[in-house]
Amino acid sequence: MPIDRPTDLDAALASLSDVPSAHLLAGGTDAMVEITFDQRRPEHIVALRRIPELRGYRVDDDELTFGAMLTYTQVERELASTAPGLAMAARTVGSPQIRNTGTIGGNLGTASPAGDTLPWLLALDARVELRSVRGSRELSLADFVTGPKRTAREPDELITAVRVPRVEGPQHVAKLGPRNAMVISVAMAAVIVDTTNRRVRAAFGSVGPRPIRASDAEQQVSDAIDWDALTCPDDAIVHFADACAEASQPISDHRSTADYRRHAVAVLAARSLRRCLAA
Amino acid sequence: MSSASTTTRDRVRDGLGQDADRPDGTPKVTGGFAFSSDLHARGMLWGRTLRSPHPSARIVSIDTSAAEAMAGVTTVVTAADVPGKATYGLEHADQPVFASEVVRYQGEPIAAVAAEHPELAVRALEAIEVEYEVLDPVTDPEHAMAAAAPIHPDGNVVRHLPLRHGDVEATGEVVVEGTYEVGMQDQAFMGPESGLAIPADDGGVELYMSTQWLHVDRDQVAACLALPPDQVRMTLAGVGGAFGAREDVSLQVHVCLLALRTGRPVKMLYSREESFFGHVHRHPARMWFRHHADRDGQLVKVEARLVLDGGAYASTSSAVIANAVCFAGGPYRVPNAQIHGYAVRTNNPPCGAMRGFGVVQACYGHESQMDKLADALGMDPVELRLKNALKPGDTLLTGQVITGTAPVREVIEAAVAHPLPPEPSDDDPALALPGGAGLTAERGDVRRGVGFGVSIKNLMFSEGFDDYSTAGVLLELDGHGQAIATVHCASAEVGQGFVTLAQQITRERLGVDQVMLRPADTAIGSAGSSSASRQTWMSGGAVELACDAVREALFERAVARRDLALDDADHPLFDLRDGHVVEAGGSASIPLVDLLAEGPIERIEVHRHAPTDPLDEDGQGNAHVSFAFAAHRAVVDVDPDLGLIRVVQIATGQDVGRALNPRAVVGQIEGGIAQGVGLAVMEEIVIEDGKVRNPSFTDYLIPTALDMPEVLATVIEQPEPGAPFGAKGVGEPPTISSTPAVAAAVRAATGLALPRVPIHPEDIALTPARDG
Ligand SMILES: Cc1cc2nc3c(=O)[nH]c(=O)nc-3n(C[C@H](O)[C@H](O)[C@H](O)COP(=O)(O)OP(=O)(O)OC[C@H]3O[C@@H](n4cnc5c(N)ncnc54)[C@H](O)[C@@H]3O)c2cc1C
Repeated sequence: MPIDRPTDLDAALASLSDVPSAHLLAGGTDAMVEITFDQRRPEHIVALRRIPELRGYRVDDDELTFGAMLTYTQVERELASTAPGLAMAARTVGSPQIRNTGTIGGNLGTASPAGDTLPWLLALDARVELRSVRGSRELSLADFVTGPKRTAREPDELITAVRVPRVEGPQHVAKLGPRNAMVISVAMAAVIVDTTNRRVRAAFGSVGPRPIRASDAEQQVSDAIDWDALTCPDDAIVHFADACAEASQPISDHRSTADYRRHAVAVLAARSLRRCLAA
Repeated sequence: MSSASTTTRDRVRDGLGQDADRPDGTPKVTGGFAFSSDLHARGMLWGRTLRSPHPSARIVSIDTSAAEAMAGVTTVVTAADVPGKATYGLEHADQPVFASEVVRYQGEPIAAVAAEHPELAVRALEAIEVEYEVLDPVTDPEHAMAAAAPIHPDGNVVRHLPLRHGDVEATGEVVVEGTYEVGMQDQAFMGPESGLAIPADDGGVELYMSTQWLHVDRDQVAACLALPPDQVRMTLAGVGGAFGAREDVSLQVHVCLLALRTGRPVKMLYSREESFFGHVHRHPARMWFRHHADRDGQLVKVEARLVLDGGAYASTSSAVIANAVCFAGGPYRVPNAQIHGYAVRTNNPPCGAMRGFGVVQACYGHESQMDKLADALGMDPVELRLKNALKPGDTLLTGQVITGTAPVREVIEAAVAHPLPPEPSDDDPALALPGGAGLTAERGDVRRGVGFGVSIKNLMFSEGFDDYSTAGVLLELDGHGQAIATVHCASAEVGQGFVTLAQQITRERLGVDQVMLRPADTAIGSAGSSSASRQTWMSGGAVELACDAVREALFERAVARRDLALDDADHPLFDLRDGHVVEAGGSASIPLVDLLAEGPIERIEVHRHAPTDPLDEDGQGNAHVSFAFAAHRAVVDVDPDLGLIRVVQIATGQDVGRALNPRAVVGQIEGGIAQGVGLAVMEEIVIEDGKVRNPSFTDYLIPTALDMPEVLATVIEQPEPGAPFGAKGVGEPPTISSTPAVAAAVRAATGLALPRVPIHPEDIALTPARDG
């Protein structure tokens, strides 16, 4: 099995253009599981670790750009104050070993309904940057993730980065699972009280085929918040929680039940918003 | 210990009672230890097993021709190729080596292949065509018991064990009743099943295998291969944990058959997923109890009906149900009882041995009942337990009188004497709250609860089983003229520390520093199983006997020396100290090395525990050898809205007889508690229509460091009469009552009844509270 190890972006795009069926290897934490379970037998691999353009992140006045190869450990350590919600999400991923090697680009590439960075990214209207020898394009995360583990990426495209607007205001990310660490989300909530745009942003993971944005709930509660005092009447928070639960589309499986997941969305939404307002 | 040691036994370096290091400790930590999965032989083939995807089906046809025709595939075997007995099993040989007509559980082996490469073996499996007529699985034990057509010719009730004790009509003034369930737990050992079989020149086979009991494997393999037992030679390969899951045969027959057919070494190694189908699990249980007591809280009677789901094959189900029935009353004085236990066959995965062996299930039931009773009596749950605590001379439900130690009061008092954890505070680290790294709760969302559990566990094999162990000790001079002892015993080191103990005993009894261990193998007699908390007593006892026989031989040599003045040559009193044989009371002494210059001394001894009796038709009889007791107090934090749990602390008192290696004892206590906590709050094999839904560590969750509570342990040392060195087995008790203690603590925190473990988040979050 050939393995290409390009050392710059152009070489990687060229490889991918030559062999669009090639498997892109980032941290390999999803890939190795699939190979072990014989769900994937790559014929050709393009390894991404040596490509400097994919690494790191950029902090601009109005925008944050995360390179596809940014690891969870880097997010936790370096972005806790710039992107607090993303850092909280990163901390919930797997174990230290997984966080040292797993990447944001891989989380997007897999696009699992339980991908733990996706709710926060979705809540911030993230835009995914895709590049190929044919050029580059940007898709909203909502358009990028088309279904459970399905994306709009063309075979010859590489995810190079993901961008979010830089917003002020408190954020909270909460991940629910039946174990206190190293667990797949049964429900995941990202709530951002965006004081820049005076709106609450809320999205949820593991409660639908794709990460879910609770737009109606956001709208109602944003209207109810006193943005100068950053307070919200209790019944509006309860409504917000119920509307978030309403927006979720959970299923029952061996990990949990739909009823419990819907209930959890409400609890996590209310708690996360309260935590933001109390911060 | 100090080098100034002179004459007392206790001062032997790394002798008994000391925290001797494990001989395999450093290699295990540094990665140098060879586990069975690391085995390799030149020119070896890779074996794989084809398994049924259906829990119940008729096999219409099996076509292996395409697989056999593949390049690099050396052989394919099915039931038709098994030369000897078609079935095996620990208690009843009811399990086919390969299914040929019907499959009775998902994952049942149908064929095996050997190929030049593991990947080729996988592809060969894909090329085998099996046509099934899929049947509806029988998955509910109650239905299985009532079924007109049994799943297996041996019937669906593997064992019905009634127990009647005292006056079965007796009633108490206070009566509480409850139905409880326990889910299917997996042993979740670290190293999946693996073994290497090498064909031998004499037509036999050598098998290197991670297992719990070499000789019982050997006998089953030999029978299925139609070989005399001495042509199946087994050696223990590095074992990555066992907890009962390696007591039954898994790949042993398959891998030997492949090696004999191909004439080449064959290795088999299960993946984690396959491992979930490759070994037995803990029996799920459904248990009804009715407890009667008088107004003062004195137990009057226990009634119970216990149903264990044994899955498709018998395995050790009959012994497991016996334990559940015999100890259904718990570590309490219960004058009257009527109990019915059933181990039932279904199309679920086979269940058998797991740490605690039937007592785990019963204990969850009786301890839940004790709390209910305390509630009904308005009595403190600890006081109720103390009031009824067994003591030496008391009678068990089986009519057996406890002749050994029974420090039930002491273990309870030790558990509750430990300080409680600090009160919850806003300064607690966020990771320490329920939900842990997920940051789902704040302090205000969390309620604390405390609960108790107390247990009794039989040690070693019961019901008249001829339980013994064999050990050999060789004492000789090494190349430098120093004394060196070599111990040979087939006792399987599965992590419990027998290798350490064997060295400690030998150092202690022979006073030599250098003690080597030969690999555990079938070149010596059986040591019995590394299960039932039995190896310290059984094989430790055998090593002691062998050491004593070597001592005797040394003393005989000493007697033969003329320079030792003897008062009474027929009954000399000697001791072994500081490398010398010394005359008791006298000053005469001979260096050990001088005596060994005459040649090595080797002795092999067999050790049996006191005999036991079968249970009679009323479940009465002296069926057990000895009992160990433990008490646990659990403190939990619960987030009732989300149903998440964080076990904060477990305090325990455990009856150990004597701690021969205190550090190893605490290791067993902590590890056992981890498994008990796991069963209480997360560990469950999820089965739907006979199919396992979570055969991986992604979805079969076991506690991580963040789920593991602080453990405060007190060992109660009351030497057990009849036990070598007074030591009781310590492996199982910590697992048993920790589960009900955690469940009780969660009930205390939530006010919910929670009649089932593991407690899942939705059981808490979606159940309306009892009293609002
Ligand atoms: C033990 C364990 C625990 C885990 N826990 C969590 C968890 O708690 N939360 C969670 O969300 N996930 C978890 N995961 C899943 C996984 O770690 C994450 O999804 C991670 O982000 C994947 O990143 P990676 O760099 O390892 O991806 P890889 O495995 O290398 O790739 C994943 C997929 O994305 C594609 N891909 C990678 N990079 C690119 C790119 N630049 N452009 C286009 N496609 C690309 C790959 O081809 C592949 O299909 C866990 C995995 C394991 C093994």
